[in-house]
Amino acid sequence: MKQLNAILEGFGSTWLLLVRALAYAPTLPRQFGRFVEQCYLIGYTTLPIVAILSFFIGSVLALQAGRSMQDFGTQQFIGSLVGLSMARELGPVMAAILLAGRVGSAIAAELASMKVYQEIDALETMNIPPARMLVLPRLAAVLVMMPVLTIIADLVGWFGGAIVAKYTKIISIEPESYFSVLRRYTHFSDVLNGLFKAELFGFVVVLLCCNIGLNTRGGPREIGASVTRAVVVSLIAILVLDYFVTQVLMAG
Amino acid sequence: MSSSCPLGSTRNPFTAVDTPAVGVSIEKLSKNFGSQQVLREVTFAVEPGEIFVLMGPSGSGKSVLLKHIVGLEQPTAGRVTVHGLDAAATATREQVRIALVFQSGALFNSLSVYDNLALYPREHQIADEAAIRDKVMHALQILSLEGTARKAPSELSGGMRKRVAIARALVMEPQLMLYDEPTSELDPVMSATISEIIATLKEEYHVTTIVVSHDRELALGIADRVGILMDGALVSLGPAAALHAPQDPRVAEFLSPKIDLQNPRFKNLEK
Repeated sequence: MKQLNAILEGFGSTWLLLVRALAYAPTLPRQFGRFVEQCYLIGYTTLPIVAILSFFIGSVLALQAGRSMQDFGTQQFIGSLVGLSMARELGPVMAAILLAGRVGSAIAAELASMKVYQEIDALETMNIPPARMLVLPRLAAVLVMMPVLTIIADLVGWFGGAIVAKYTKIISIEPESYFSVLRRYTHFSDVLNGLFKAELFGFVVVLLCCNIGLNTRGGPREIGASVTRAVVVSLIAILVLDYFVTQVLMAG
Repeated sequence: MSSSCPLGSTRNPFTAVDTPAVGVSIEKLSKNFGSQQVLREVTFAVEPGEIFVLMGPSGSGKSVLLKHIVGLEQPTAGRVTVHGLDAAATATREQVRIALVFQSGALFNSLSVYDNLALYPREHQIADEAAIRDKVMHALQILSLEGTARKAPSELSGGMRKRVAIARALVMEPQLMLYDEPTSELDPVMSATISEIIATLKEEYHVTTIVVSHDRELALGIADRVGILMDGALVSLGPAAALHAPQDPRVAEFLSPKIDLQNPRFKNLEK
């Protein structure tokens, strides 16, 4: 019962934070500096890890699928498998998971630390709403940066698949053939589906991490607990949302 | 600094404009955290332009009471008003400028000293950047903090951080200044300096001031009136001079604790 209360309280406070932050949306132009800073933190610092992991995800996909497809003599279609998997599913999901681990944890730690050391209280006494100054620029930045990260994840993943397809003996598909199949079967709507998912996951991750950070209570030990909670809740949210959003998008 | 601020008014240290001084009224304030009662029907008023010092042992509810005045806590029962307005309402902070100097300073560690002070006027778009710069540098000068503007809060000593916190509060041009343990963790010289700063701000600008402290010297040195809080209840209220001869034995023991080297509680600790 106590845990159910905590979950419901978490839902309520997250919605409330979202409404409060969106109410300050008109102040975004004069917070342009903060927005750019958050774009840098969310986008630029996450980019290398997204690129490295996407490369190997694309590679492993090609390797695993290549072996199985070779049994049926269908390895020439490997480009379509890697292309669709990266665009519709793995690109956005991996970008969101890395965002949760790299950026979500940092957001939760920073805001939890500000809460524990009374910086949030100081903001409130100065009549500066934390939702305006700390949450809104982050939400705006993630909306801008998530599609960029996802497109890069898709491209690097496709490229990783192409390299494995060419240099793995049992597959041996030339890049021209790989990309020709990929282009034939991966449509723009598949990429758009992935971008929509990425926007949603990124937005939810940042919102959840901000809320958990701002609701930290207690001493310095709670900062670590908040970071762990933020990452775990974000991962659960990404995977649960992914299932339902995929169902909706497939039905559409 | 000018000393011609009329009685009943608070002078803005930057514009020299006088605004009505604000008072604080606390009526039967009670606060519970779960089953624990932290404040028990506390009632008192702080007159406009006075320095009121609230003393009491650690854990007696002083800081919680301060948070009610600034609207960071909501009363379980009773009412707190600032200048006749409900302190718990957000609108009150838009109408009355209330500054709280936190015990820890609560400076923004990711910002320089200058940006800490400039945050309030920038966020509220009170002035252009040149005017904000003048205001910030003036506040730093009042607190003898020239040369710290570009430093990070982590590079400062405890005393300097407290003074930066006071300077940041000053930039808000407050009508009501609240201090939470302003002299804790400071050496006697720095404590005296902070006390002088608090008294000077009151003398020069007639800023209504509430100080939470368990520093007897500070209370005797600067307070117009002193309230003593014990176990969440106000047990004593009167002029600072009354601290010399307290009537309540609990207050007397708190103000002049005796070191008993024969205290049986601390004998044979190994048992």
